[in-house]
Amino acid sequence: MLEIKNLHVKLEDEDKVILKGVDLTVEAGKVHAIMGPNGSGKSTLSYVLSGRDGYRVTEGSATLDGADLLAMAPEERAAAGLFLAFQYPVEIPGVGNMTFLRTAVNAQRKARGEEEVSAADFLKLVRAQAKMLNIDADMLKRPVNVGFSGGEKKRNEILQMAILAPRMCILDETDSGLDVDAMRLVADGVNALRDGKRGFLVITHYQRLLDHIKPDVVHIMADGRIVRTGGPELALEVERNGYADILAEAI
Amino acid sequence: MAAPKPRGDLRAEITAARIAALDLPQGGFTAAARKEALARLQAMGLPTRRDEYWKYTDPTALTAPEAAPAAVLADDEPPVFGALDALKIVFVDGLFDAAASDDLSLAGIEISRLAEAGDIHWAKGLYGTLEAKGQVPVARPLAALNSAAASDGVLIRVTGRAPRPVELIYRHESEASDVILHHFVKIDPQAELTLLESGPGAARFNAVMEVDLGAGARFHHIRVQGRDHHRRAVTHLFARIAAGALFKSFTLTMNGALTRNEAVLDIAGDNAVAHVAGAVVGDAKTAPFHQDDTVFVTHDAVGCESRQVFKKVLKNGATGVFQGKILVRPGAQKTDGYQISQSLLLDGDSQFLAKPELEIYADDVKCSHGSTSGAIDETALFYLRSRGVPLAEAQSLLVLSFLADAIAEIEEAAIADAITQRLEGWLARRR
Ligand SMILES: Nc1ncnc2c1ncn2[C@@H]1O[C@H](COP(=O)(O)OP(=O)(O)OP(=O)(O)O)[C@@H](O)[C@H]1O
Ligand SMILES: [Mg+2]
Repeated sequence: MLEIKNLHVKLEDEDKVILKGVDLTVEAGKVHAIMGPNGSGKSTLSYVLSGRDGYRVTEGSATLDGADLLAMAPEERAAAGLFLAFQYPVEIPGVGNMTFLRTAVNAQRKARGEEEVSAADFLKLVRAQAKMLNIDADMLKRPVNVGFSGGEKKRNEILQMAILAPRMCILDETDSGLDVDAMRLVADGVNALRDGKRGFLVITHYQRLLDHIKPDVVHIMADGRIVRTGGPELALEVERNGYADILAEAI
Repeated sequence: MAAPKPRGDLRAEITAARIAALDLPQGGFTAAARKEALARLQAMGLPTRRDEYWKYTDPTALTAPEAAPAAVLADDEPPVFGALDALKIVFVDGLFDAAASDDLSLAGIEISRLAEAGDIHWAKGLYGTLEAKGQVPVARPLAALNSAAASDGVLIRVTGRAPRPVELIYRHESEASDVILHHFVKIDPQAELTLLESGPGAARFNAVMEVDLGAGARFHHIRVQGRDHHRRAVTHLFARIAAGALFKSFTLTMNGALTRNEAVLDIAGDNAVAHVAGAVVGDAKTAPFHQDDTVFVTHDAVGCESRQVFKKVLKNGATGVFQGKILVRPGAQKTDGYQISQSLLLDGDSQFLAKPELEIYADDVKCSHGSTSGAIDETALFYLRSRGVPLAEAQSLLVLSFLADAIAEIEEAAIADAITQRLEGWLARRR
């Protein structure tokens, strides 16, 4: 479903190469995890896939269900079914969370030639999902992420994901800063979306999230490349021994 | 009548030329006040671009003897306050339109027209007084000109709680119209009024509104200046605010080659509240856009709050100006004064010029001011787009969110919604 081939990326304004040939395929229905040292390029990969400015792809390709992601505007990628849960969710003062959500849902539906959701149906949908994620109604009324705690922001990302129901979900360190209970809620939120048709790319530093979201495949990224790929046991190995052995082996 | 002018004195020349071109009304209860206003004007002289107070805005088009013509915009939007059940008073290029206006009688409120008030009127002894007081410490000659020469206006006295808002509608139908209107609003103690204004007014429009609030009175003012691209306007809002009274004014400016909105608020009684806010959207692509908010708030009583919130969105070489002053007089303790002016520059061509000032002569006060200029937040823009919101819509959302604090100054939700809709329309037309 998501196919990344030999992806090379540098910064637009600087001669700094960040991704140095990433190859990765996520099949429908599968959960892939990416682990790797700080600064290895995990967030960069997620940004490049979702179309953030500031990066230049110098080589390689990325497709979603065969469609060339890199040729699309960020909003087109979203409408095509790509979703990124941000490592650092953005605060938008003055835009209500509900307005934001409804605008996003309707924009995607419009792009796909579907009808807009009615206000009443939308409210019902949001309330139900918010309840599952333990997000109170008050938070929905506030401006997007403004004054939210770190954990609240992450849960808000998952709420958006649940409501937008994307085909391909990328989660960038959604577990960072979450307490144990919140991590469980987030994992439940992700698991609820695992319907055998969606793909997931879960970026994390910790085994703990992977205890709840059982990955099918684990990748290790280092210095802009996937240096090793394995099963869930690879995450356990990282947890036990750190990256040193894996990196030494990769070189 | 004009004072003898030394050769080469530009100010005296333009003042004399302007006065010579005026059609000065005679007689009626305002006769004496108008005469005094004319004397004030002659003594001060009209502004020139050399004046400090007009450093950022060239007054030439406002002081010229003749108004430049302005094309009439075919406005395709429904009336901005159409959904509100307001008592409508319509002026077409400054001429009262009785057929288009509602009956002027309303419980708890007395409305008459300046042009029709006879020799005896409650506003005798009030007309022009707040304007005259507002000439110190900074001269506002165009307001004196207005008091001297206004052709019409409304005189509103509120004795109770007005059951409906009153709306002044200013239509612009003649390309060459040059209009001067002057209103006086007196709100008795504990009485309350919502006053709406909408429309471009004229090719050149000079409007003054004096508002005298009694103790505990409440005044809500919401104004939408017309979308006509080439119109020019200078407006003055003078208010005297007595103890415990509430004054709130909001203005939306969209388009206009030149707009100067002055607000001169005199907080005269203890525990009074005065807020003045403005949202501005200007795009100089079709026509020049220059908009200036000049505010002077004087705290002359104890325990009062003032708040200035001005937000300007500028595009394609548009210019926004803000000059805002808070003066805290000796003895005005426990003053809470706040002022913010911000611009969102949608491109590198536009500019925002701001001059915030505080002058404080009391020791127990809390005053703050801030002014910023910035571009659209790229991170927020990407976040919205990554959720599927198309670029143009995401930009509009962020522009509206930038303006939100100014719009939040409008208390009534239905009115705030009407304003937001206008802004959405303006943004949609520019996608
Ligand atoms: N816009 C940018 N400007 C400068 N350097 C950048 C930029 N974006 C990424 N980098 C650099 O690229 C490298 C990879 O960053 P990235 O955020 O992708 O790492 P990461 O694997 O997500 O790290 P972490 O685990 O700490 O989140 C880092 O060295 C980072 O400093
Ligand atoms: Mg990262």
